[in-house]
Amino acid sequence: MKPKVAFFDFTCCEGCQLDSLNLDAGQVLDLLAAVDIVNFREVKTEREDNYDIAFVEGSISRESEIPRLQAIRDQAKVVVALGACACIGGVNCLKNHLPMDEALRIVYGDDAKYYDTIPARPIDAVVPVDYYVRGCPINTNELLKVVKALLLGKKPEIPNYPVCVECKMAGNVCVFERGMTCLGPVTRAGCDAICVTGGRYCWGCRGLVDDPNIDSEKDILQKYGLTVEQVVEKFKIYNSYAEVLK
Amino acid sequence: MTKVNVDVHQVTRVEGHGNIVLNASNGTIEELRWEVPESPRLFEAMLRGRYYEDVPIIASRICGICSISHSTASIQATEAAFGIQPSEQTLLLRKLLFNAETLESHVLHAYFLAAPDFLGAGSVFPLVETHKEAVVRALRLKKLAYNLAELLAGRKTHPISCMVGGFAKLPDPDGLKAMRGRLEDALPDLDATVELFKTLSIPDFVRETEYIALTDPAEYAFISGGVASSDAGVTPADRYLEVTNEFCVPHSTAKYTKNKRDSYMVGALARFNINHGQLLPLASKAAGDLGLSAPCHNPFMITVAQVVECVHAAEDSLRIIDELLSRGLKEEANEVKPKAGRGVGVVEAPRGILFHDYTYDENGIMTRANCVIPTNQNHNNIQKDMEGLVPVILSRPEDEIRLTLEMLVRAYDPCISCSAHMLKVSFK
Repeated sequence: MKPKVAFFDFTCCEGCQLDSLNLDAGQVLDLLAAVDIVNFREVKTEREDNYDIAFVEGSISRESEIPRLQAIRDQAKVVVALGACACIGGVNCLKNHLPMDEALRIVYGDDAKYYDTIPARPIDAVVPVDYYVRGCPINTNELLKVVKALLLGKKPEIPNYPVCVECKMAGNVCVFERGMTCLGPVTRAGCDAICVTGGRYCWGCRGLVDDPNIDSEKDILQKYGLTVEQVVEKFKIYNSYAEVLK
Repeated sequence: MTKVNVDVHQVTRVEGHGNIVLNASNGTIEELRWEVPESPRLFEAMLRGRYYEDVPIIASRICGICSISHSTASIQATEAAFGIQPSEQTLLLRKLLFNAETLESHVLHAYFLAAPDFLGAGSVFPLVETHKEAVVRALRLKKLAYNLAELLAGRKTHPISCMVGGFAKLPDPDGLKAMRGRLEDALPDLDATVELFKTLSIPDFVRETEYIALTDPAEYAFISGGVASSDAGVTPADRYLEVTNEFCVPHSTAKYTKNKRDSYMVGALARFNINHGQLLPLASKAAGDLGLSAPCHNPFMITVAQVVECVHAAEDSLRIIDELLSRGLKEEANEVKPKAGRGVGVVEAPRGILFHDYTYDENGIMTRANCVIPTNQNHNNIQKDMEGLVPVILSRPEDEIRLTLEMLVRAYDPCISCSAHMLKVSFK
């Protein structure tokens, strides 16, 4: 029996689930031979509510999303959080810094009463999550690795060391040496330091490593001329929800 | 008594969440609504207080499908606010990057989201058995477009290297040459795409509306020009609010828009209707082969116009790569000095005209943002099309009515996850 796989989306840009289709034709066909995709609203009309593995994209940012996510958890044997919004809350949590009624009012004016929203949160703030495919967006190769591990009944290995390790392997000149700031030293690897390789710096979209040396990162950032406030603003873009900032 | 009840909760094969509600009895429509219940993300609220450098990174996350459009509109709005004129090389690279997104997004929509309806399938998955060649071709074209974006910006979804002032990293000339070869090799795939869409029977429904698209005397516009209306001529981009006229409705988190009529259309068909004379030769020929001629007032033909634009995007990419290679790529300084002020960035996303309007303080910190997203501009037109279409098809079986309405919505290729982010914010 092929495992039945479902994709679900909550508050997000839906880029991760579409990137999950972004494989070579051969890989897509192999994947479709190995699993039954039974529920994938964005590309599929028929739905079936009997699935084994649920990939969940997006943050939870409305009351009505909570029971929907709980029902998915009740059904699925394995729940995988897909992308930064689901794993760590991501950019959606930027709105949490404003009182919700104020955020709604400045956006919708007098019509704010029509809208239902709560502070955004990652999905593991609502239900237990088995595995995390991180990043904004996800790395498609990492997703494949996770899917393969799940099909073999193994635990997927996701790096728990900082982006700096992969950045060095990619042969990049350190961002700090180029006069910019970077969250690579405290951010979980697995992205091959793609943003630094692309000429930029790390924004921390994969979340923090398990024991981030935040004090040391703050020291480095300040050594390079940033105030604590500016440093916290950089962290906030993806990691507002993380306890470590509180 | 004949009753018709169509209640499509969350239309499938669209990006984001939208519902269709239709109740009729004895030939009288009692209720007919296109609802947009997408979760509000409050993006403009998220942009408040952000440093200019991080703004395009956050703005790109409005949409995973057209992140290059949001990133570019955001970059151009910031450049306009700071008084920065990007170099010719930067503009060529941006256009090339746009072609990658247009091609990828249109292939995704035409093959994976729209085509299954015409081929009697509920998704692309059964087509792997019945139309394997077409599915593999679509995946090949998507991959090509993805790799082109990757070459220019590090990746397609949420591009990395494009930034305020220019590009942080230039593409490798050998990579551009190799890409040129792959684009040439893809032309037969595009021919085959035109052949496939020629055979599909597009519903025959005509409702004239106002068509709005970016227009530029120099070329088929994607990243430059003024706002053209089929009813009212061209408005300068920084006066876009005179065209969009947003308003809220209770059943949608998205705001609606209207200009000269009850509603207007943006997207591939609007662009075609306004700028068809500027299509490159192969694309122009494809339009002829597909029976698309301007002005076209059938919304179901949006998908056909997208196929024409796929050909245009490939053709234009070949032209730009040749120009970049003959000019030679040069490292540029990309100096950015923030200054207080307001700027409007306007581009043609795959789904239509997109506005980002930013105000910064003297330190480059954002104080106000307004984004008007294409799908929002289409919601009202989708509603009006439904009101025109339902009386014509009301006597048909309920399943057929439902499918036809879903096909209408899908033709617009709505990106609802985007549209619920378009919000106006004034910070006080």
